[in-house]
Amino acid sequence: MMSNTKKITIKAFRFNAETDYLPYYKNYEMEVGKDELVLDLLNRIKWEHDGSFSYRRSCRHGICGACGIKVNGKPVLSCKQNAMDLIELFGDELTFEPQSKKRAIKDMIIDKGDFWDKHAAIKPYVEGVVDEHPAHETNMSQEEVENILDADYCIQCGNCHYACPALEVNEEYFGPAAFVAAYRFTVDPRDNAGTERLEMTSQIGPGVWDCVKCFECAEACPKDINPIEKITKLHNLQFEQNVAQRNVATKHAEGFVRSIKKHGFLDEADIVKYSEGNIGVLKHLGDAIAMMRAGKIHITDQIPFVDNMPKSKNLDEIQKLIKISQTNKL
Amino acid sequence: MSQLRYALYTGCTAKESTPELLSSTLAVAKKLDIELIILEEASCCGASHLQDFDPFLSHVLNARNICYAEKLGLTMVTLCNTCQINLAMTKEKLDHDADYRAKVNEKLAEVGLEYQGSVEVKHFLYALIDDFGLEKIKSKVEVPLSNFNIAPFYGCHNIRPSELHHKSNGGENPYNPTSLDRLIDALEGHPVNYASKNKCCGFHVDLQAPHTSNALTGTALLDAIDNNADVVVTPCPLCHLNMDIKQRSAGKQAGRDISIPVLHMPQMVALALGCTYEEIGLKYHVSNAKKVFAQASK
Repeated sequence: MMSNTKKITIKAFRFNAETDYLPYYKNYEMEVGKDELVLDLLNRIKWEHDGSFSYRRSCRHGICGACGIKVNGKPVLSCKQNAMDLIELFGDELTFEPQSKKRAIKDMIIDKGDFWDKHAAIKPYVEGVVDEHPAHETNMSQEEVENILDADYCIQCGNCHYACPALEVNEEYFGPAAFVAAYRFTVDPRDNAGTERLEMTSQIGPGVWDCVKCFECAEACPKDINPIEKITKLHNLQFEQNVAQRNVATKHAEGFVRSIKKHGFLDEADIVKYSEGNIGVLKHLGDAIAMMRAGKIHITDQIPFVDNMPKSKNLDEIQKLIKISQTNKL
Repeated sequence: MSQLRYALYTGCTAKESTPELLSSTLAVAKKLDIELIILEEASCCGASHLQDFDPFLSHVLNARNICYAEKLGLTMVTLCNTCQINLAMTKEKLDHDADYRAKVNEKLAEVGLEYQGSVEVKHFLYALIDDFGLEKIKSKVEVPLSNFNIAPFYGCHNIRPSELHHKSNGGENPYNPTSLDRLIDALEGHPVNYASKNKCCGFHVDLQAPHTSNALTGTALLDAIDNNADVVVTPCPLCHLNMDIKQRSAGKQAGRDISIPVLHMPQMVALALGCTYEEIGLKYHVSNAKKVFAQASK
């Protein structure tokens, strides 16, 4: 009969900000059962090996959002993640690390201050005048409810936030969890702060235009919320509600229509010039010369009346579809 | 097995700044006797940016793209991870939302087309691995890549979001993808294991956030270099553009020299199958990749 247990080594990140100069990893060997969760393994390290081992835990029901860690780089909610599934995926050596190593305080525990600050900054609540003694309940239409999507299920665990590579290198970036909250309250019919949130999240640097579109957040979310879907919705809302400023990022997005209308394809050189403007484009001169030398782009590409661009067959169909289907404007 | 036939969606870059991607793809197909019919009617996929601006328009245009593969009755093959995800997301939306599909089809009817949802969309990488087969590729290797440590760089849009890719596009686990590693193995190269292989290259924020873009590209390239890679290989031409062209600026930002050839996935296969220097198109690289051709047969 096949064994229901598996012997593994857990390589756990250890660090105490009060006493250690540097973090280190310590190995723990254990026999893991098929029904054990990552949280069970964390408990066993503490109870069977080292009482000083530290991690956050509370509800054990996937709702408090306290126990997020990374196993072999994969963000997990410890109390929801079956350990055997991870062993199947990564083999019999599992590495337990905090969500963010640079924010580690003690072992798996991190300082989540940046997460909460950003979450609070986008006003994650309904802002509006609420009648404290309504005569009857205020119903939302089915459409209004569906528009919120699953954004209301967020438990603020931080898994998406600390999986986001844009945030890792850009500290002012709001990050996916804050954007989910921004979306959720902006589309709430009782709320009046939508424009303010859209303006905040449309700034280059902190806002949605710095999303690198890696889908790490979609993969990291233990509640299957798909944060990048809400980030895309925030992009769309900027245009739908005329909040979008004309800048390099919005022109880049809108510029695709301009190119596709002309050629069917994207004019790669033109979109950079159009988005950056005649002066801004100069900072790409070094790359452009290197690309020209390699034959990737051609000196004649940007001369008016010289058209090197490939054209889609039946371009008239594409042009007609743009004419009758375009919904948004910059 | 009868001959494999596909409708080829080239995407924009293969027709413009990365001609080496198209020529090496066609060379590989010829060597393996795979028939690729180029969809000349196709338009740009929107590269996720049109989707930010006007989602409905992007769905209409991509539905039209898929219509032309449906007319041929062939699986649509893509050469770019970002084309793949945008076409697949359109298909996902239209196949699961009948009302929305009717709205899109109302527009398509104006140009005499109808989206039916009758064909799959998959990246050429998975057509090679899952349809053609690694064993068969292995049997056709003329120039084993045993001189190279090759760092696979998977590119986000082929592996995430994972559910989107489960049915017909490889079905990789994004935390432990294996397709490129297995392909490198089959071509007798040495796959490099490194933490950045499933990470983001930063391409999509090149214009508005060059610091982010350079940091991500630089980190990935340096990670490959520090793990003794001779060559990086990627199935995505957008990753390729960033990793090939931005080595100087990414290195400057990181405070280290970065110099490593980056190959498109079909270029690597073409090299091993004994395709010509011209077909592989190594002269179109910004970072020195020409030497790879000579090194392969040393």
